[in-house]
Amino acid sequence: MSLAIECRQLTKTWPGNPPVEAVRGVDLQVERGTCFGVLGPNGAGKTTTIEICEGLVKATSGDAFVLGKNWATQADEIRQEIGISLQETRLSEKLTVLETLTLFRSFYRSGMNPEEAIAKVSLQEKANARIKALSGGQRQRVAVATALVGNPRLLFLDEPTTGLDPQSRRDLWRIITEFREAGGTVLLTTHYMDEAERLCDKVAIFDRGRILAIDTPQKLISDLGAEHVVVFTVSGESAVVLPDDFGSSLPGVISARIESEHRCLSVREPHIAIPALLTLINERSLRLTSLTTRQATLEDVFVHHAGHRLTDENSGAVR
Amino acid sequence: MSSSWKMHPVTQLFLARFREFIRQPEAVFWSYVFPLVMMIALGLAFRSEPMEAISIIVQDGDGTELLAESLRGSKSLIVSIGTELQCRQQLRAGQSELIVVAETNNSEADYRFVFDPTRPGSVHARDVVNDVLQRAAGRKDPVKTTDVAIAEPGSRYIDFLVPGLIGMGLMGGGVWGVGYAIVDMRIRQVLKRFMGTPMKKPHFVAAMMFSRMIFMIPEIIVVLLVSRFLFGVINHGSYLNVMLLIVLGAFEFAGIGLLIASRAKTLEAVSGLMNLAMVPMWIGSGIFFSAKRFPEFVQPVIGLLPLTPVISALRQVMQEGSGIAMILPEIAVIAAWGVLTFAVAIRIFRWE
Repeated sequence: MSLAIECRQLTKTWPGNPPVEAVRGVDLQVERGTCFGVLGPNGAGKTTTIEICEGLVKATSGDAFVLGKNWATQADEIRQEIGISLQETRLSEKLTVLETLTLFRSFYRSGMNPEEAIAKVSLQEKANARIKALSGGQRQRVAVATALVGNPRLLFLDEPTTGLDPQSRRDLWRIITEFREAGGTVLLTTHYMDEAERLCDKVAIFDRGRILAIDTPQKLISDLGAEHVVVFTVSGESAVVLPDDFGSSLPGVISARIESEHRCLSVREPHIAIPALLTLINERSLRLTSLTTRQATLEDVFVHHAGHRLTDENSGAVR
Repeated sequence: MSSSWKMHPVTQLFLARFREFIRQPEAVFWSYVFPLVMMIALGLAFRSEPMEAISIIVQDGDGTELLAESLRGSKSLIVSIGTELQCRQQLRAGQSELIVVAETNNSEADYRFVFDPTRPGSVHARDVVNDVLQRAAGRKDPVKTTDVAIAEPGSRYIDFLVPGLIGMGLMGGGVWGVGYAIVDMRIRQVLKRFMGTPMKKPHFVAAMMFSRMIFMIPEIIVVLLVSRFLFGVINHGSYLNVMLLIVLGAFEFAGIGLLIASRAKTLEAVSGLMNLAMVPMWIGSGIFFSAKRFPEFVQPVIGLLPLTPVISALRQVMQEGSGIAMILPEIAVIAAWGVLTFAVAIRIFRWE
């Protein structure tokens, strides 16, 4: 089975002073009929990578094949078969939803009726409303509809849900899921862990222009060797001088770190680790002020691989 | 369905531009009302009336009253009397064209005329006053002459002005309409989004151009109709030739707008570039006064400015009724600008 997307040793250096190495050797394989997530902080090279695959950015070196075709020689054929939603497009506010989709439909040889595309994103009632009158979530749905109207086999979505309210996010997740269930392939970038875990068959974790790990979300988490996280806070006279890795040597604990005001232990067996932790806290005359446990997430996978948090702004930017 | 003309990308891109334009009332106002207001204001300011009376001032002194009295005998003079200081002030302020001083103490002349010889009105006033005074003193004209007054449409200032304003409208509409719209689309990442579809670049450019030509037509019709009914401006040539020039001019300035906007990333940058391109033409291309007034050595440059041939050809057609053969040189310059700017713009265009 041929791949929907295949990237080999992609690099992209933006000229400038100093030049910015946005992508530094990326290999990617996206199988047809799957949803592939590109995960990472801002500046990790996600958008540059996806835009190389979309044919909007020329790679400095390396190859990108889309649906078995080459951008250099078959660009128009690829464009007929893909649908894209950029991170930031402000469609004309003066046009209605239907007019916008009719415009985009006219660019494709074949595709669905504009009305059909509007129905796919459940905006029938807004078909004759101007874009100006729509909420952020509705506008994002129109943007996705413009990607769907050419009946693509491959959908690129660059941060489709960033800045949306929970209901709008769920609406978009439903649209993406339906597209994939109908046999389509999706490549999406996100910096939301829950989004990637929920939608994606496979994820690639990006940081500083490189891929740190690629696998199914479940596999990435289980590979941590610690599927639980114990989150606690302590107070007391000696609390301030505790080392960052306080608790890391306890039985059943894989690693320890601080996340904002909380301390986190990655734990293989919570039933052993938690009693040991409570004993240690007592011995040090500390007071336990909070204790929760949760399942490990892709966030923990990212921290494990990158050594810093996913949500740290600009932490992934190459400077 | 993609085979029908309605679903052709050029049609759809054109419709999108058209809808954006008409749903923006301020844009419609500026493109259609502004040239009209300008024409009406200038048409009224420079309306051709029977020769206006000339204001002159007589400097206070001996024999002033007598002098003023004899000058007031002429219908074409408005005469006031003032001190030397007042006389100077009035001349400076343009309220009087000429100071007339009656000489007293046995000087060679009987009267002295004080005026600025570079002011056409003053020179004219001097001749009229001189004439009145000489006749009053008993001069007999050796040759008999008669005057026939004509006010033929086609030779008044408003007849000269209307083609200039049409040209200015073509320039402003093309450069602003295309330049601004493209940079706006670039900023909104719409151009980049289009690049992610199979849309063909020439389709996009063609739609921008057609929309410019179509928007221009009502504007020109309104200017022609209003100038016709308000000022009696008549097109002495063929309307087909006027239309041809308008379509060519719209094409030319759409190309210039496209070129100016081809790489600009901000509205500030494109506004500056547009003004830079248009100022020389506002001044030099003969919108309000004939470009022939500029010195000989700059004429070749002026003739090659994109706007000059448009206005010059429109005037030849509308004022003199010239046929197409007479305006071929202008048409060649206009077409060359259009083709050249489009070719360069498409080559260097930045879609992101």
